[in-house]
Amino acid sequence: MATTTTGRRTPLPLLAAGALVALLALVPLGYVASYVVAIGPVDLWHLLARPRIAELLRNTVSLAAACMSATAVLGVALAVLVERTDLPGRRLWHGLMVAPLAVPAFVNGYAWVSLDRSVHGFAGAFGVVTLSYYPLVYLPVVAMLRRLDPALEESAWSLGHSRARTFRTVVLPQLRPAVLGGALLVGLHLLAEFGALSLLRFPTFTTAIYDQYGSTFNGAAATAMAGVLVLLCLVLLLAELRLRGDRRYARLGRGAARGAVPLPLGTWRWPLLGVAGAVVALAVGVPAFSLGRWLVVGTSTEFPLDELGAALAATVVLALAGAVVTTLAAVPVVWLAVRHRGLASTVIERSTYVANALPGIVVGLALVVASLRLVPLVYQTAGLLVAAYAILFLPRAVVTVRAGLEQAPVVLDDVAQSLGLGPLATARRVTLPLIAPSLGAGAALVFLAISTELTATLMLSPIGTRTLATEFWSASSELRYGAAAPYALLLVLVSIPATVLLMRMDTPSTERLPA
Amino acid sequence: MTTSPRRAAARVSVTLAAALLSASALSGCGVFGSPDLVIYNAQHEQLLDELVPLFEEESGLEVELRSGKDLEMANQIVEEGQDSPADVFLTENSPAMSIVDNAGLFAELPETATATIPEQYVPSDRSWTGFLARSTVAMYNTDSMTEADMPASILDFADPEWKGRVSFSPTGADFQAIVSAVLALEGEDATLAWLEGLKDNGVIVQNNLVVMQSVNSGEVDAGIAYSYYWYRDRAENGNDSDSSDLYFFGNQDPGAFLSVSGAGILASSEHAAAAEEFITWLTGTEAQQAMAESYALEYPLNPDANLNPEVKPFDELEPPQVDVASLNGPQVTDLMTAAGLL
Repeated sequence: MATTTTGRRTPLPLLAAGALVALLALVPLGYVASYVVAIGPVDLWHLLARPRIAELLRNTVSLAAACMSATAVLGVALAVLVERTDLPGRRLWHGLMVAPLAVPAFVNGYAWVSLDRSVHGFAGAFGVVTLSYYPLVYLPVVAMLRRLDPALEESAWSLGHSRARTFRTVVLPQLRPAVLGGALLVGLHLLAEFGALSLLRFPTFTTAIYDQYGSTFNGAAATAMAGVLVLLCLVLLLAELRLRGDRRYARLGRGAARGAVPLPLGTWRWPLLGVAGAVVALAVGVPAFSLGRWLVVGTSTEFPLDELGAALAATVVLALAGAVVTTLAAVPVVWLAVRHRGLASTVIERSTYVANALPGIVVGLALVVASLRLVPLVYQTAGLLVAAYAILFLPRAVVTVRAGLEQAPVVLDDVAQSLGLGPLATARRVTLPLIAPSLGAGAALVFLAISTELTATLMLSPIGTRTLATEFWSASSELRYGAAAPYALLLVLVSIPATVLLMRMDTPSTERLPA
Repeated sequence: MTTSPRRAAARVSVTLAAALLSASALSGCGVFGSPDLVIYNAQHEQLLDELVPLFEEESGLEVELRSGKDLEMANQIVEEGQDSPADVFLTENSPAMSIVDNAGLFAELPETATATIPEQYVPSDRSWTGFLARSTVAMYNTDSMTEADMPASILDFADPEWKGRVSFSPTGADFQAIVSAVLALEGEDATLAWLEGLKDNGVIVQNNLVVMQSVNSGEVDAGIAYSYYWYRDRAENGNDSDSSDLYFFGNQDPGAFLSVSGAGILASSEHAAAAEEFITWLTGTEAQQAMAESYALEYPLNPDANLNPEVKPFDELEPPQVDVASLNGPQVTDLMTAAGLL
């Protein structure tokens, strides 16, 4: 269990590498902050105190609040139904309930809007986003339900509580962290969502920033809005951080918990089966039907194999490069945080975590201008895009690699060194092999996230580079629904492995998914 | 655990090495290679995707396109300054050309490049040239409206009687060009008042295709756009145009504004000869005729090119007199931001 060594000195190169990664991760925030300061309070006031900002704030906050509440209710209800009742075919239902995660929200938006043009505005955005994101609540709640000790509930029954009352007073409070954590994650996703909301014609800060960017490239109004958006994200992130700090509801004792006794549904079985079926039909059936229809009958359906192939190749190359760079960048951060705890290490790790609150639109905007002004050499290169991916998805790699390193006993290093191995050789021959699986898992997660990334890719992709996401976007925003369909299909296929991975993980997920 | 940690480590390093190798290999064979001519293209991507291969075949040059919107790319080029990778800039509308021109970043075009284009579509210093024109129109739903119900002027859409009945796309370069024409013809105060009225009345959508769709489906009675969207849809299958028709304001109304797509060469270009060859080709009869026969249905500016006769003839448009070389893009975005449209 011992993971720290206090007597060991932190090697300078390691510290330097970690600091470099932290600096990179802070570039977008630094850009927004310094630009906002440069605008000056008077102009900033004029940019922010206008009806348009109030409108965007109203839209963004009301949609976030509505979707967070709806996903919380839907997520808990479905999790209880699948985990705690004798609903027929529970395992199958579990897979189907998670399946919407394999359809990126912007593909889901396309599926709905291309099927029925009246799906738009608040109602359309609310429906599509809720159906896309409820698994973010469902999954951690299921995981929590599986870990709860049924003995607590049984005690409540033995003291005369009804099942309903026991659920309300004993089970629900224990689910609270999972529900709130999941809902906050939905909020963070929603604040970053661009493609779906743009297709569904519901302006929020993210879509408005993109519109300003499209009209002014580097306008003060865009950056001022980015500042507001980052603040909103930070509020959610801090709330989530606080919540995680005191998440101490699970059993403390060791050993395996018994499974809970499933609630017999009786005659309720059929209506509830209907409810589960309806959710799956809306969340998975409609996108599958719409996509299939456009693939088969779309009037502009084409299968330009060379273009599809080029977009797929560019996507795979970028995602591979991004996965490698991001995972490598995570190593010094994690190594410092686990093996050399201290103020510097904590600051470095927290810096990378801030990226959780940075939507792709902000990272894109920041890197376009920062690179142009500071390092014109990297401007419009694939390297810059890879750096953006690293910033966006570093938290994912850090969380995964950290879990691996924490389980590599430091005493093995000590043994190796006492037997005469140098620190580098120890890292290579002892520690690295131990954390290799977590490095692989981290890289896989990042790879999958990059391959469906839209917003930053739109702004930063090098001249001539077209990815699956940008090709899909270009076709679907020009209403060439049939032409968009093969790209949408590939985007879904690419998202399936990550969904399966998430489904298998029994722990509440806190990583951001592709928005 | 079935695999030893040692072997897992080896597998990870092999994967990483393979990834880096394939990335560098792909970059070597042209996925991220360096071209003979870089075009910053704000015109429709589909049009250039059709045109560029023709030019590549004829010239033997390799062309790279970067696509974006008019004002985004114009401001981007200004921000990039001398370091801009762009050789040629193509726009949908001329206000974006003025932004780059005002920053002094265009090179003078050779006379041969503009010889075929009527002089009112080329700035007097030949800093850029028009190569296509597009006419502003209103579309109206033929189930709920007749031509007689349409207003005399595009400015009337700001009147309360149009509340909830008119759609437009304020983020589109086209609408922003129309605003620049209104600004040039009517002045700042009238333009802001018009924009505020439209903000109150309008159904805001993300591009002109959705404008057409919203009119045709009856979601709104009328929409502001350019004519070619409707002609294109009619030529393809009419799915989004079968219940609507075009309304030309004519009569020199701001709503009859004729916008010009521009082409220019950046002074910082390292491929100036290729860039001149491209623009000369673009304004020449062959390319202009190819554009006229393409899906685009915009008006070619070279008088020798003949457009599909279904499209309302160029000389019947009665556009207002606007100097296409002096339209003000930045003031348009400021006014639109002030009106809450951006």
